[in-house]
Amino acid sequence: MTDMEQARRVEADVDSCDPCLSVSHLSLRFGAGCPSCMAPDAALERNVCPVCGTVHAVRDVSFDVYPGEIVGIVGESGSGKSSLMKCIYFDQDASEGDVRALPFDGGAGNILDLSSQHKRRVRNTVFGMVYQNPYLGLRMDFSSLSNIAEQMIASGERRVDAMCERGYELLGEVNIPARRAKDAPALFSGGMQQRVQIAKALSNNPPILLLDEVTTGLDLSVQASVLDLILRIRRDYGVGMVVVSHDLGVIRMLADRTLVMLDGRVVERGLTDQILEDPQHPYTQQLVYSLI
Amino acid sequence: MGYVAVRGGGRAIEESLRLFELERASSGASVALDRVQACFPDAIDQVMGESSLYAPRLAALAFKQARGSVEEAVFLLRAFRSTLERTSETCVVDMEDMQVKRRISAAFKDVPGGQVLGATRDYSHRLIDFSLADETDGDVRDAAARLRKHFAEAPDDARFDGHLPKVLDYLRDQGLIPSCENDDTPPADVTMASLEFPCVRSARLQTLARGMTQAVEAFGYAAIRGYGPAHPTVGELRSGTVELCVAADASDDADPLDAFYLGDMRVCEVESVFEVESDAADASGAGLSFDIGYGLVMGDTETKAVAMSVLDHCLELGDPRYPTQDEEFVLYHVDGVEAQGFISHLKLPHYVTFQSKLDTVRTARERQAHAASV
Amino acid sequence: MQRLYNFAFFDEASKREIRRAIVKGISVPGYQVPFASREMPIGRGWGTGGLQVTLAIIGADDVLKVIDQGCDESVNAVNIKKLVCATTDVETVEDTAAATIIQSRHRIPEEPLRSDQVLVLQVPTPEPLRSFEPSEAKTRALHAEADYTGAWLGLFDRIVRFGEGSTGADHPCLVNGRYVMAPSPIPRFDTTKLDGSEHLTLFGAGREKKIYAVPPHTRVAPLDFEDRPFRVEDFDGLSCRLCGASGVYLDEIVDEATGETVHQCNDTAFCAKRRERAAAGDETKGE
Repeated sequence: MTDMEQARRVEADVDSCDPCLSVSHLSLRFGAGCPSCMAPDAALERNVCPVCGTVHAVRDVSFDVYPGEIVGIVGESGSGKSSLMKCIYFDQDASEGDVRALPFDGGAGNILDLSSQHKRRVRNTVFGMVYQNPYLGLRMDFSSLSNIAEQMIASGERRVDAMCERGYELLGEVNIPARRAKDAPALFSGGMQQRVQIAKALSNNPPILLLDEVTTGLDLSVQASVLDLILRIRRDYGVGMVVVSHDLGVIRMLADRTLVMLDGRVVERGLTDQILEDPQHPYTQQLVYSLI
Repeated sequence: MGYVAVRGGGRAIEESLRLFELERASSGASVALDRVQACFPDAIDQVMGESSLYAPRLAALAFKQARGSVEEAVFLLRAFRSTLERTSETCVVDMEDMQVKRRISAAFKDVPGGQVLGATRDYSHRLIDFSLADETDGDVRDAAARLRKHFAEAPDDARFDGHLPKVLDYLRDQGLIPSCENDDTPPADVTMASLEFPCVRSARLQTLARGMTQAVEAFGYAAIRGYGPAHPTVGELRSGTVELCVAADASDDADPLDAFYLGDMRVCEVESVFEVESDAADASGAGLSFDIGYGLVMGDTETKAVAMSVLDHCLELGDPRYPTQDEEFVLYHVDGVEAQGFISHLKLPHYVTFQSKLDTVRTARERQAHAASV
Repeated sequence: MQRLYNFAFFDEASKREIRRAIVKGISVPGYQVPFASREMPIGRGWGTGGLQVTLAIIGADDVLKVIDQGCDESVNAVNIKKLVCATTDVETVEDTAAATIIQSRHRIPEEPLRSDQVLVLQVPTPEPLRSFEPSEAKTRALHAEADYTGAWLGLFDRIVRFGEGSTGADHPCLVNGRYVMAPSPIPRFDTTKLDGSEHLTLFGAGREKKIYAVPPHTRVAPLDFEDRPFRVEDFDGLSCRLCGASGVYLDEIVDEATGETVHQCNDTAFCAKRRERAAAGDETKGE
């Protein structure tokens, strides 16, 4: 895509006030469920049904993401935030729910219902995904350039030079020296692998980025540079992002709006500042106080 | 002697075969088929099992022709098997009707019907028996007469009629093994259709049963040693003969008593018991229960039958972290004829492909040298 | 215990079943049709797939040519020919033009094939995505969805790392714009002969139990990038030391007497035919 096209698209997105990603009533269950736990306000033991043992990993979650906005999802491990992300990115089949992606079809249909072929197109052209574990997002034995080229190839690019050029550009963007471009990520440190993953996620100029615990496990200084990079990407490309993290510090740095998840449900939502200043739910209060 | 693989191949093959035949004939000795069959029953069992063709005399001939190589004998018999038409199918065999020669359980000391150790070399000392070196046919006949007399004098309570209940019915009756419905889906035939994944269980069991004996044992060993958590207890191993019959007419309501009796076949069946975590939704809510791994092989290849039962259970679990639980990994690689064929094909000329590789490597090196010099 | 085998080794039902797979393969060019590969009297990996295809389609009037590495007299070619002849009594030839069925391993003859000829290629590894994805269940899904990113990425990675995207033999091709196919380990030089050919090409993989086909006049495009076009083996400036042919696939041979590297036609029947013709021409001139 040329810079002009890029600029035009950002402009168009800013003009419209529609969300680029819209998630409604998304749920993920492991187990058949029973009348007692399928009720909207059923009491569960954490996220497990005491009657039938069904695990409710994600329960009836809805939210929107607008172009250029970063939505944070915070919660402890097991709260369902990563499962939610996996459902949106089709790594996991949601039990029910409706997800609309405007850049794909103008929001005409539920993308969870698409054929696997169309889902792949959504993954390749609408979403960029960065996993906590770079082994999930990268082909460790292929060169970094090849990793970045993969989604371009998948969406039909057949020019080697153009893909290499874009690869070098993106690696520069994430501060990886050009001389490492032909090396395999397996040879890199964790922070570098994460930056290659981000470069890969950006390769097709996706309008929506999904970031799952991207800074977890990184040194503090490396964390800071990755967070910096994410903010720069938002500024330069105007993409909408969903950032999942257990670390409220990361969410405070990045997110405009935040959802707090506990045991598979959203227990609190609002502007990030507001949540930090005046947390309502006891769990959120606990999170916020531990931050200080 | 020079060997030219490219030209004069026809003559080279003929001479090679003559040379091979000379090697065989130079021994100056031949062995009658009856003797092969009589003296090497375990080899015959293995050949028939891996060929999935019950034909002892043909197997003996293949074994003789293969100069004692089981792998080669299986190859011969399998190729022969492909040319046979399937005229009919036998009736389903109920393993409870087996005429048992040997039956053990590692799970219970006292099983209904008792443990029957039968004939086994399990508890023998593996010392070379030098007396066999000069054994004559007369010696063998004497030994047989002596032993027959010995067993004829055995007390009556040491005999049994060969019919025994299944050990695991005991666990089933107590509800420790989940009971399952009879599945009357016609079984797959892996020799008539290629494997599709995920595999139906019948295809999986057939592939294991006809798998290379040592490969099934090696994978089974890997599973119990640590590459796939499987800690089996042999619930029952029973070995003996089963009757094979063909229904008089193909209709479903044909009277089983009208079936034609074809003959007996020696088989070994193993049911291994594994402790598994049951679904939390289990009515009993116990959390733990037992599951069964099943092994059934032709002849008396007991170790293979046990290993098969382990792998059957592993594949049922199907945890992709363990190679022994990966259907494609196990089932694609246990077949002896395929393994032997593909490995040995590496001996064929690959001149054309190698020339192509040369071109690729040379070009890449030239380009790099050029790039370095610029 | 003497036993006679049926015509073409198999029972008729087996042959019919293989032919059904062939027909399906022709109907869906480049698609790998699973079939019940039979156990054969020659080794798995030694051409059992090609042999089963040949045995399923051969009739008493057919004329058979079998080559291995471009040569009719190569041990494995002779071996396969012997088996087919023993069970069919068909005529065999070395002259490509005289054959109706040509079974081959690793080569397509130099002489262009006609519409009344069938080329049967032996295939060791029919799955072009196998090096990228070991699971058969997954590669089947990738084919179903025409997701060939893996095949392209493999080529791209070679270019990035080694500056050279060529793969040696068995270069993956897109058939009829739909299925990516392994053309069997024929050199890249031969791959182009599959494109829009006059003849039918059948591929048989015995061990892997797959049959597939390229019907006549079908587009077969080797995977390549716009700015890194597919490149065949380079024999520029070289010619056969025996018949003088250039623009053919050459074997590289070291002359033991002089220690020099020399080249000669890989397709031995083609080379012999040229030399016979040349000799005949000389004689005519002499008269």
